[in-house]
Amino acid sequence: MVAAPSIGARSPCGYQRRVIPLLEIALFVTFAAAPIVLQDYITVFVTRALIIALLALSFDLVWGYSGIMSFGQALFFGAAGYGVALLARDLQITSAFIVLPAALVIGLISSLAIGAFLLLGRQPPTTIFVALGTLAGSYVAERLARDWYYLGGENGIPSIPPMTAGGYEFVEGQGYYYLAFTVLSIVYFVCRFVVRSQFGLALAGVREQEARIAFLGYEAQHMKLVMFSFAGAIAGLAGGLYAFHEGFVWPNMLGTVLSTQIVLYALLGGVGTLIGPVIGVMAVEIAGFSLADSWPKSWPIVLGLLLLLTVLFSPTGLIGMVASERERLGDFGRPALRARHADAEPDDGAT
Amino acid sequence: MALLEVRGLTKAFGSLVALGGVDLTIGENEFHGLIGPNGSGKSTLMRCVAGAELPSAGIVRFVGRDITAAAPAKRARAGLALKFQITSVFPALTVYDNVLLALQAGSSTTSLLLSRTREALRERVMHLLERFHLAQRCADRAAVLSHGQQQWLEIAMALACTPRLLLLDEPTAGMSLEERRITGELLTPMKNECSLLIVEHDLDFIRNFCDFLTVLDQGEVIDSGTVSQIQNSREVREVYHICV
Repeated sequence: MVAAPSIGARSPCGYQRRVIPLLEIALFVTFAAAPIVLQDYITVFVTRALIIALLALSFDLVWGYSGIMSFGQALFFGAAGYGVALLARDLQITSAFIVLPAALVIGLISSLAIGAFLLLGRQPPTTIFVALGTLAGSYVAERLARDWYYLGGENGIPSIPPMTAGGYEFVEGQGYYYLAFTVLSIVYFVCRFVVRSQFGLALAGVREQEARIAFLGYEAQHMKLVMFSFAGAIAGLAGGLYAFHEGFVWPNMLGTVLSTQIVLYALLGGVGTLIGPVIGVMAVEIAGFSLADSWPKSWPIVLGLLLLLTVLFSPTGLIGMVASERERLGDFGRPALRARHADAEPDDGAT
Repeated sequence: MALLEVRGLTKAFGSLVALGGVDLTIGENEFHGLIGPNGSGKSTLMRCVAGAELPSAGIVRFVGRDITAAAPAKRARAGLALKFQITSVFPALTVYDNVLLALQAGSSTTSLLLSRTREALRERVMHLLERFHLAQRCADRAAVLSHGQQQWLEIAMALACTPRLLLLDEPTAGMSLEERRITGELLTPMKNECSLLIVEHDLDFIRNFCDFLTVLDQGEVIDSGTVSQIQNSREVREVYHICV
């Protein structure tokens, strides 16, 4: 028997160099301080990017963590955007304590309905089936919004009043920036908790060998539906924030272009880590923002090439260039192993 | 009452009949060997019992309940565990996490989300890993284990589900002689924990610890009985020209 002592020899999981927590702290501090030094129009731009990062995070949860290829995350984003816009237009409800939970619930319910249809069946659905199903859902929703007079047709719903909290109005600028930043931070840490939990381990099993895990007693499709709905709720929350930030909603918010864009952002940053999609969104948005002035016509081509090169030469995205595979995948038993290591510490010291 | 009762099990793939009305009964704490030449339907029978394939006809009862059409997850929760013919551990996860994954399978979604049992299961994970000579490899990825160690890991995972019946499809395939010997030592004490249905080509290996043998050929049962009965079975000798 070949045996290479590892944990007992105090190596692998205890003393591994870890990059992702450092990146998380660096980004958190940077985002927290950014509005102090940034000009107002850049703050508005970064606010939009933070909201899009929430949407990218929702895609990452379904593809990177649950193995569900969704080309329809914009559907839940847009549906929630339209939902809160209607609340504001028809019922004059703009309170953040109502519209944000409402956006979350709209995202949750719409994704639960579509997820139940696509994911639950006697046989597990193929990746292509789910990808095409979500893509079709997104396309149909966009077409519906374009042709539905009540939803404003091609023009969407304009002039949404600002979101409020008590007497405070969240308007573009620092106030809205910190609202979006707070929501993103909370969602990020909730996601972190989920993907590192024992449920996250079960998801890792589903991702690796979906056919196998059922023989251990797991209901893989139900677990996928839980994650699809959870991600849909996050997409909905992002849609609600986006609608009030922009002041209007329009059919593109539901459509396939935005859905595909989100896939590319997440792939560029690196799916399967939570920080990857945030980095991907920031990288593309900042690159686009910087290049748009210098090369107004050709920057999308440059951006497309960069995306293509990254996906070709670093399939694990930008995060894969700095974080090891082991760190990206994680060790779910690490707390237990650390405890074991601590138990063994006196003996080790004696030797 | 028999633990597993298979009656008239038939499985056809198009015009090919892989199983043609197989009967099989396994009692509590019984080690039952399934032997036969390649293509005799041993693995198909295992897969039909575990739920990986749905039979074309026949009945599978487990602890008196009809599970013929039940999904694999439901069978697993009822106490059926399967070790596949082709090793199928979770290669990117650590050895520790592979066993934890199997051990926590019975927990509720809420319990898993809150990681309620992560600490409580630590001793059981390490106990299983020590028993299967894998404790020193607990922090390594399962992918870097040798073939034999991956087989042991998969048996440990199947055992972690505390099954009443463990289905082992060629557990020693591709192993060295030494690894086979250790595998035999690992399996023998399991008699106190569960019943075993084992498919194996190594007849010397299987007759050492099986109580009963069933011999299949072309999807049909040729003979069934104790090891000594099968050893003296004229039908088996005539059909296979082998000495069991």
